[in-house]
Amino acid sequence: MLEFFELLLSDYTFRIIALGTAALGAISGMLGSFAVLRKQSLLGDAISHAALPGIVMAFILFQAKDSYVLLAGALCSGVLGSLLVNGIVRKSKIKTDAALGIVLSVFFGFGMLLLTYVQKKPDAAQAGLDKYLFGQAATLMLNDVKLLIVVLGIALAILFIFWKELKVMIFDEDYALTLGINTRFLDVLITIFIVLAIVLGLQTVGVVLMSAMLLAPAAAARQWTNNLGKMLIIASVIGACSGVVGTAISATQPNLSTGPVIVIVAITFVLFSFLFAPTRGIISRQLKIQKNKKELLLKKSIAVVYSFMVNNEELVEGVEKNKLLKLRDIDEQVIKLLYEKKWIKYIDSQIVALTEEGRDIAEKIELI
Amino acid sequence: MSVPQIEIQIIACIVAVACAIPGVFLVLRRMSLISDAISHSILLGIVIGFFITQDLNSPLLIIMAGLVGAVTVVLVEMIQKTKLVKEDTAIGLVFPALFSIAVILIATNANDIHLDLDSVLVGELAFAPFNRMYIGGVDYGPKAVWTMGSIMLLSIILLLLFYKELKITSFDVGLSTALGFSPVIIHYSLMSVSSITVVGAFDAVGAILVVALMIVPAATAYLLTSDLRKMLWLSIVFGLMSAIGGYWLANILDASISGSMATVLGVIFMITYLVAPANGYIANLVKERRQKKEVKLLTFLLHIHSLDDNNDEGEREVDHLYYHFKWNEKEAKTILNLASDNGLIILKGSLIYLTDKGTKFSESAIDYIVTNREDKLEGIKRDFLLFRG
Amino acid sequence: MEESKFAINVHDLTVAYDYKPVLWDIHLQVPEGVMMAIVGPNGAGKSTLIKAMLGIQKTITGTVEILGKPYKTMRKEVAYVPQKETVDWDFPATVLDVVIMGTYGRLGWIKRPKKEQRKTALKALKKVGMLPFKNRQISQLSGGQKQRVFIARALAQEASIYIMDEPLQGVDATTEVTIINILKELRSQGKTVLVVHHDLQTVPEYFDWVTFLNVKKIATGSVKDIFNDENLNKTYGINYKVYVNK
Repeated sequence: MLEFFELLLSDYTFRIIALGTAALGAISGMLGSFAVLRKQSLLGDAISHAALPGIVMAFILFQAKDSYVLLAGALCSGVLGSLLVNGIVRKSKIKTDAALGIVLSVFFGFGMLLLTYVQKKPDAAQAGLDKYLFGQAATLMLNDVKLLIVVLGIALAILFIFWKELKVMIFDEDYALTLGINTRFLDVLITIFIVLAIVLGLQTVGVVLMSAMLLAPAAAARQWTNNLGKMLIIASVIGACSGVVGTAISATQPNLSTGPVIVIVAITFVLFSFLFAPTRGIISRQLKIQKNKKELLLKKSIAVVYSFMVNNEELVEGVEKNKLLKLRDIDEQVIKLLYEKKWIKYIDSQIVALTEEGRDIAEKIELI
Repeated sequence: MSVPQIEIQIIACIVAVACAIPGVFLVLRRMSLISDAISHSILLGIVIGFFITQDLNSPLLIIMAGLVGAVTVVLVEMIQKTKLVKEDTAIGLVFPALFSIAVILIATNANDIHLDLDSVLVGELAFAPFNRMYIGGVDYGPKAVWTMGSIMLLSIILLLLFYKELKITSFDVGLSTALGFSPVIIHYSLMSVSSITVVGAFDAVGAILVVALMIVPAATAYLLTSDLRKMLWLSIVFGLMSAIGGYWLANILDASISGSMATVLGVIFMITYLVAPANGYIANLVKERRQKKEVKLLTFLLHIHSLDDNNDEGEREVDHLYYHFKWNEKEAKTILNLASDNGLIILKGSLIYLTDKGTKFSESAIDYIVTNREDKLEGIKRDFLLFRG
Repeated sequence: MEESKFAINVHDLTVAYDYKPVLWDIHLQVPEGVMMAIVGPNGAGKSTLIKAMLGIQKTITGTVEILGKPYKTMRKEVAYVPQKETVDWDFPATVLDVVIMGTYGRLGWIKRPKKEQRKTALKALKKVGMLPFKNRQISQLSGGQKQRVFIARALAQEASIYIMDEPLQGVDATTEVTIINILKELRSQGKTVLVVHHDLQTVPEYFDWVTFLNVKKIATGSVKDIFNDENLNKTYGINYKVYVNK
């Protein structure tokens, strides 16, 4: 932990990288939330792969390894890929999952074709491919980070401006249309930004893992809140934290690329959320189920006690505890629990009677 | 052609066929992307296997890979069961997690050993002939032929044995449960076979081409037919086409064979998408336009049909058409011509009357529209695209 | 012919999907201030009809006028209540969040909902009896409650025409009564209500106008005049006798 702060304060490069991955994490968290809510979770996976031919083409056309040029190429082919996915689904009987698979594999394969054609030497091809496949946050420069922050800002602005329209559109698209909302425009806008986020993320976490960056913060955030705005904020924070922590950890280890570490951190957040989130979390749900079960058993018990008392006309005076203990499923433990619930009271050290509340509950059950 | 060249093509063909078979079912059951997930996560199995045996050629690697493939599916379904996230989100979380663990393990423990990650993902068929199967010192050919060949045979055998069950559970889950087949067993068997196929194939062709070979031929076939048998055959054919075509393309361009094969698959898909007779893009455009015209024609005929013989002469006026239907002159002329060319109307001066054929036609159409019953279609089927089911 | 202003005027509407005609040559005029049920067998095109009216269904031919003007210019006057099954209720939103969406139409682009919109939404919630639930996450609602939320959302639009798709399907008895009372109140305020209704038995009891639909419009008019065996036979194709509680 201490090393981390030391690095942060002393190492300029580390600061840049941490800032960059934080910004990227925030963007991914925000835009990923939309992808998740629109049931387009795996679009990220498809687009990351679809970006490859664009990168190679940009390289071929402009003979430059300049990030911006390559980024623009990636953006174009990513957008083209997403348009094709939509086109295939809309205009044919092929379903979304297959459309994603087609675009993913064909585009990537084509990208591979171009790459190996252009860079005849196998190592050269590999070197470029490595960075694209696995990410290399270590190469983030100040300009890259500036770009990330600018994009983050624009994304925030767009979300702010179109907040209510986006909300309705994602929740109930037909209804949004009847309100006069231009869903087509918003759809394209969000898709472009998602592609942008992915393309920006490729150089940090690489192709294979980008889909997780998009999904994990959103999936984690969803468990903690039922408010869309809060979900986006939490997702951004989780994304940013994953970025920074992941970078820090991988900085302390030689040979470790940042991508996988960031993803593992993000997924850890997800697991933690799945388990420990209140209400939705698995542990919370299990506890509730147990509690309900117990409650149900106690209700059964009080009904048994009640009907015993009624049959023996000893409702008011109470009955000897020993007699109750002979009843089915009634033991000391049950009596104790019933007493704690204030459904029964002790008139005497050995005489037990129903309380008002106990009687109400028992009567309700009898009616069922 | 030299021997290695032939061998490469043979391997490519075997891989294509082996992938096509489970691929068809994955596409039909809307589980295409599980192939992508498995193809990435099995890296972890390979890494673990390697750590245990320290031998890149040990069969344990493949076994571990297969296991991890199964674990992937199990994990995905576990997460889906919690209902905390939707189905695809579960997939998108599990495989990157496993893949990341694999990469980290490699980087921290095995970086000096040449575990070529790129070829794992991308594969290189060109080297496959050099990896040979030696038993007792005798060269039995490329190992890939043996591994993929057996996997392919396994798929075919299972397909033939369980064809009925696969068909029903892929098309009608409810019926299958009612008939007593456990769709669950079929499901897990399919997952296992897919897993094994991915594991076997990616050694030769890499993770991405496996996905391409499983999904694209099947999806392309799906555009052309709904019949399971035809779909299987077409997928195999498309796979083979991409294997040979892809090889030669790579040869000419001196580029990656996997990449070429995927590209060829893409081209085949694109062409089919555009020109498929019933479902293709172009066919749809043509269909829509024709439908619009025919609807206008039918509305027009029904309108004339509804006119009483004695009154309503004004409504029979050609000019009145423009007003009533709000058509422009060109549209109205087209419809009129279409109707009279088909012998459905006759013009008495500027008044329109239905011929006998026209009357019969209109009445069958009304019948069909009102009852929506197929048997009423017979008379009009020949003449009208719109009513052809 | 007099150019009378109908609440909804559908002209020559045809929808065909995948070779099959779903709606054919529909001419439908809905007078202002009526409460109309649209009935027909499964596949008759009822949902398609209202979606086509609202511009969310592609048509082959046809025009729709609201109060004499094209629908696209009159959106603010029309409130839509879709079937509750069309939405994923696991969306992170509260009941109030959803109802406020109804005010977006009048707000226009970019403007944010403020106190006034919140008040409108709360008023609508109160009408449907869901005010105590205003901060409840929508995934925790029962079927009847979900339907009420949708109705409240429509009420918040303060429209003059309400178009609903099977609002009484899958709701408990209390909710059904609540909803019908709201609809009747709307009608008494002079609003027009159009409902795709699934239960023939209750048509005469709840509605004053009815449209029989089966791909073609079979008949439309007041319940008194046209809700009879002849039209029922024509629409449903079998000997359909309805026993009405007298």
